[in-house]
Amino acid sequence: MSGAILRRRWQSALGWALAALAGMLLVGVLLHIMLFVLMRGGGALSLEMLLTDTQGVAGGLRNAITGSLLLSGLGLALGVPIGVGSGIYLAERRGSLNARVLSLVVDVLVGVPSIVLGYFGYVTLVLHLGWGFSLAAGALTLALLMLPYIARSTDLALRNLPTSLRESAYALGCGEGRLVMRILLPAAAGPVFTGILLAFAIGLGETAPLIYTADWSNYLWNGKFLHAPVGYLTYVIWSYIQEPFASAHQLAYAAALIIMLLVFALALGARLVLLKRYAPAA
Amino acid sequence: MSADPGLTAAAPAAGGLRRSFSWRPRFGHLLALLAAVPMLALLALFIFLVLYAKPAMPIDGWHFLVRDTWNLGNLYADPVTVHGRQMLPGASYGILFLIVGTLASAALAVVFALPLAVLSALLLAELLKGIPAFLVSTLIELLAAVPSVVYGLWGYVFLIPFLDHHLYGFLEHRVGPWLPFFAGPRGSGYGLLTSAIVLAIMVVPLITATLRDGLAATPRELREAGRALGATGFESAWRVVLRGQRTVLFGATILALGRALGETMAVLMVSGNALNYLPHNIYAPISTMAAFIVSQLDSALQDPTGMALRALAEIALVLLVITVAVNLAARLLLQFYGRRK
Repeated sequence: MSGAILRRRWQSALGWALAALAGMLLVGVLLHIMLFVLMRGGGALSLEMLLTDTQGVAGGLRNAITGSLLLSGLGLALGVPIGVGSGIYLAERRGSLNARVLSLVVDVLVGVPSIVLGYFGYVTLVLHLGWGFSLAAGALTLALLMLPYIARSTDLALRNLPTSLRESAYALGCGEGRLVMRILLPAAAGPVFTGILLAFAIGLGETAPLIYTADWSNYLWNGKFLHAPVGYLTYVIWSYIQEPFASAHQLAYAAALIIMLLVFALALGARLVLLKRYAPAA
Repeated sequence: MSADPGLTAAAPAAGGLRRSFSWRPRFGHLLALLAAVPMLALLALFIFLVLYAKPAMPIDGWHFLVRDTWNLGNLYADPVTVHGRQMLPGASYGILFLIVGTLASAALAVVFALPLAVLSALLLAELLKGIPAFLVSTLIELLAAVPSVVYGLWGYVFLIPFLDHHLYGFLEHRVGPWLPFFAGPRGSGYGLLTSAIVLAIMVVPLITATLRDGLAATPRELREAGRALGATGFESAWRVVLRGQRTVLFGATILALGRALGETMAVLMVSGNALNYLPHNIYAPISTMAAFIVSQLDSALQDPTGMALRALAEIALVLLVITVAVNLAARLLLQFYGRRK
């Protein structure tokens, strides 16, 4: 009998050891990727790179940095009103058939591969509407990509608010518009904002849909929304690392460092917003 | 917008009251309008991809899915007219190798990811507490925030030579004699196994996060009951708490599969981009539908008849149908069976 117990204790210890090993492996991989990008990118990045545009396989990243921020920023500007609006609908009409179906649609849309969205943008915006490779086409495609994430996070944020909040507002004669704009959204501002930050990070890190809608440009954005390709950082990473030139590799590593810093700052910032709000005051 | 006639007809004293009554339905309509956008977007995705791909469909018919014959035709010859559409002579579109590459790499990725995700979720929910749990779970969640193209860069520059030197040789010589699929030649490191490993790292945090939340929401009494019956801590976690989350685990795994099926940039950079070629062993170069759409854009633009672009739309459509089906299955499963509180 004591043999059986001993064996089970051993199995148990082995199980926890394997779990710890799995955790260490995952954390190790993340740290390795971070260090890899930090070392290579840190060695490549210079102030001059931030202030000059790309020239062939050398030069700087100013055009790509502004392009990335413009594409994702404009995408966010388009995606936030629609996404937050759909999220409010999902939360406030929950239980209704419409909201249940739409909720499923939002989940499915999250799962649509970004390259499919990119090809859709290419067919409709670039070719059919004749916008060409352009800021507008890229930003609209990114907006479509961010939309379901924003809708879902808004939905969850509003769902977590107590029903009594709504009941007391209605009891005071508040309409639904005022309830949402003055009471629910301010009360859920933290989590809603978190969702928007994460959507921004997702947009910044995307490559595939932009290859088909924004293409690439060596020049700083010229103020045109249509018929003018736009450069962005993730393109530099993918394309320039495969060029047989050291200067191109430097650009790719520097671009990777910038995009990682931006994305991690957004992801950690989002987590901190949540933490501050929900951490028990101890 | 013109003034509401109901408002102007009302007595001045009742204006404020009427106003608040008429505001509510208008706000509701606005919400409904915004909420319809995701639905319309999903419909538009299907409709426009079908319309655009339609002219390319009769060229290969259903053989599109079961043949390895991706060939743009003779770019230097005059276009010929087939089925009333201009196309290049000799053009043929068959994507079996892409379907095999996509399914094989995603399935293998899920096989690698599953044990890692289950063990790390157990670690986070059942063993670690407080600050260590928060730190480790933040770090694992950051894995999901790393952009796909950065995984591609890391895979391309570091992981491929690393695996080729340290793992694939061992697999070829030690495992190969027992399992034919692991036998050489092992090529250059670009291929199915590398793609699956990178994809596995990318989807692990999705399963871990979902499962961890499910485990953490399990009532404490279940663990206590397990311990009271004489189970060790791990036995109680494995046989009682984890067992209760089987549906959540299954749903999260299918979601991860959907993500792996559609992943583009990372796979593009480590898969070897095989063309019209089925993998004969686990190291063989492959290509996936998503990666192929990106890698073929430049060549497809060379086709003066535009038929190659329409054939790429066919691929996008197949990928859309597969991922929507997979996601729908996972969500319905989670919705109907997973909500137990």
